[in-house]
Amino acid sequence: MPADFNWAIGGEAGDGINSTGKIFARALSRAGRHVFTSKDFASRIRGGYTAYKVRTAIDPVESTVDRLDVLIALTQRTVDENIDELHEGSVIIYDGERTSMQDLEIPDGMVGMDVPLKSLAEDAGGAIMRNIVALGAACEVTDFPIEHLGSSLEKRFSDKGESIVENNKTAADLGAEFVRESYEAETTEFEYELETTDENYVLINGDEAIGMGAIAAGCRFYSGYPITPATDVMEYLTGRLERYGGHVVQAEDELSAINMALGAARAGARSMTATSGPGIDLMAETFGLVAQSETPLVICDVMRSGPSTGMPTKQEQGDLNMTLFGGHGEIPRFVIAPTTIAECFWKTVEAFNYAEKYQTPVYLVSDLEMAVTEQTFPPEAFDMDEVDIDRGKIVDEDEVDEWLDDEGHFRAHAATEDGVSPRALPGTTDGAHMSTGLEHNELGRRTEDTEIRVEQVHKRERKVETAKEREDWSPREFGNPDADNLVVSWGSNEGTISEAMDLMGEDAPDFRFLSVPYLFPRPDLSEAFEQAEQVVVVECNATGQFADVLEHDTLERVDRVNKYNGVGFKADELAAEITEVLQ
Amino acid sequence: MSSDVRFIDFKSDKQPTWCPGCGDFGTMNGMMKALANTGNDPDNTFVVAGIGCSGKIGTYMHSYALHGVHGRALPVGTGVKMANPDLEVMVAGGDGDGYSIGSGHFIHAVRRNVDMSYIVMDNRIYGLTKGQASPTSREDFETATTPEGPKQPPVNPLALALSAGGTFIAQSFASDAQRHAELVQKAIEHDGFGFVNVFSPCVTFNDTDTYDYFRDNLTDLAETDHDPNDFDEAKDRIMDADAEYQGILYQDEDSVPYHESHGVTENMTEIPDGAPEDATDLVREFY
Repeated sequence: MPADFNWAIGGEAGDGINSTGKIFARALSRAGRHVFTSKDFASRIRGGYTAYKVRTAIDPVESTVDRLDVLIALTQRTVDENIDELHEGSVIIYDGERTSMQDLEIPDGMVGMDVPLKSLAEDAGGAIMRNIVALGAACEVTDFPIEHLGSSLEKRFSDKGESIVENNKTAADLGAEFVRESYEAETTEFEYELETTDENYVLINGDEAIGMGAIAAGCRFYSGYPITPATDVMEYLTGRLERYGGHVVQAEDELSAINMALGAARAGARSMTATSGPGIDLMAETFGLVAQSETPLVICDVMRSGPSTGMPTKQEQGDLNMTLFGGHGEIPRFVIAPTTIAECFWKTVEAFNYAEKYQTPVYLVSDLEMAVTEQTFPPEAFDMDEVDIDRGKIVDEDEVDEWLDDEGHFRAHAATEDGVSPRALPGTTDGAHMSTGLEHNELGRRTEDTEIRVEQVHKRERKVETAKEREDWSPREFGNPDADNLVVSWGSNEGTISEAMDLMGEDAPDFRFLSVPYLFPRPDLSEAFEQAEQVVVVECNATGQFADVLEHDTLERVDRVNKYNGVGFKADELAAEITEVLQ
Repeated sequence: MSSDVRFIDFKSDKQPTWCPGCGDFGTMNGMMKALANTGNDPDNTFVVAGIGCSGKIGTYMHSYALHGVHGRALPVGTGVKMANPDLEVMVAGGDGDGYSIGSGHFIHAVRRNVDMSYIVMDNRIYGLTKGQASPTSREDFETATTPEGPKQPPVNPLALALSAGGTFIAQSFASDAQRHAELVQKAIEHDGFGFVNVFSPCVTFNDTDTYDYFRDNLTDLAETDHDPNDFDEAKDRIMDADAEYQGILYQDEDSVPYHESHGVTENMTEIPDGAPEDATDLVREFY
């Protein structure tokens, strides 16, 4: 029996797939099991095909695999879509009373469990609970103690009243009971038993982790425009940010969103906006102004498949070049891509600190799969006592005097040794000054003087140089540090590659794995490249944008593993691909 | 904040590069007077401007200021005011900035009713790019890019504001210094979004909408029986394409500014040295 168990529910958009899947994931998490989820969904409100998959084990799970052990199929298409992942002994739970499912043929070697989901749900109080009946059935098949499902149902429905909670529990019980009575032999034969532990895990997705990181970091202002897959950041913050004296504004478009965030940042609030590729294109206009006016701002790009509208609900790491190089002129910036969901929290905190310490825009680059994946972590992974706030060179009324010129003007863009100028927040006596997207002198006033132009360009670049020296930009290291082979990746592939490494077995080529969260400034990998006989760069785009950057940095050629069909890497698939490239 | 602030304190030592005779001089002087008269000083005032001749105003005034990108000064002002409600926020723009590239932001800023003022220097021409049609140019106004005139009706900014739920809609004339300053002051004092469209003639590129034209054609609402609290009367006057008015066209006395309707009253600039005290509760929500 493999250590991990894979489960899914699939149906049409509007069938409550997402909500049901999350209830099951939470039940497992509350039972002290690790969980990693994934979603197949389309940009539509009803119809089509959508699925929620859960991988679970006692040990941490960090990716999905191409295997399904139990499938709850609300439609024929759900079975068709997953036929390659189902295997001998897989259980398919379906409702044979549903007209469209009457002719369902269970593939050879698999176990069909025809459970009257709708009828049993009606017995429990309403057809709407048919998915919960199916969850009860799944608990019985896997010997998973149903009280954990009850606990998850309480969390989900407690604000709707006790009777709703009780009805749902009854629905789950009826599903379990039906399977116990009708499929006893099949259940006994089924090879998985979902054991529990006493651990209590946090179940969180990447967008939520970014939102929570923002609050922890002291973010007080958020403006955004809804866009998949970044909307969850905004929805998480809405209502919560207000509890901490902040505010969330839904702007009329992304142009407005970034300008509002810029305004709040200039007023002195920690401020942020989040969007996806199409929004990043629009924000590129103001991005240059943020940098030129030396305003601290965190801009989050939750990437999805592009270009243009692309595949809005599909995975891609296609915006690296845009975030590294986007915008006319030459724009100093930081680009940080968290490599795990827990890191989404920590890198958000860092992003706010870098933004203020260096008075520079920071791109925080996440992606669709991190945004929609729910994963378990021990609560210590989000230890709030570890959060440090560094606001950089904010000057108060007394300190302003040190930064006035002979005529009493505040030198908001003073060309200091480290490039970072004093920052007087509006309201500070004698600190009044202007800032502008125009080239300016140290007072923030427009100039086309050639010497001042050069001085200000150098001053802004010097902030980046200072940051390079002062901060730790190291990659995260895994595998054998002395191996001949080097695998490099960025962003959300870390967990999948780590699991691939475990799956590859002893005969497979040994490798060192560097997971890079800092894209600019980024670590110098020249030495690591020199030591390695072969370098493979793994990323979810067609052209190998990071590979290009690393080749440029190190003047070495690399091998590339790319995926750009809209689905992220899976551990078993990647194990095979890396093995092939390295052999 | 000292009580002896004069309008000259809002003036920077930078000489404007506007053409001699430009309406923007008078517009700016009125803004500075209004700021001083309402008890503000440069250190608690934030001026936001966009691009165009009007955009230069932040350089010529003395206050905290941001000179941003074209058309998006209103969102910047919105963010400033929300983050620090103690600041006096004044947004300045031109007809191109506000009614063309920034028209989307304009109607939404009006809807939001954030407690700030928006002063538009409307000269019915693109001046800084040397004389092309603007959204408020007349249908037959001939320019290099519209040799036969735009052949489309001009934008009516007052009508846009009224239809978007505007709570303070006024119009002034840069040359009528006292009335202009008075109207800007009323916009500042208004509890919500105070919008003033200012006729600010371009002496270089617009030979139609001149000082003389406005002097001859302007009706001051103060000299009429106009009731600014009467929506229907405001609507009739605003929709009258043949009339040019100075004064408060409309003011909603029951205006509820954004900070009240949304409970955004705290200064957001002060934060603790670490995560908020009860931040661990946020983690517990995910159990």
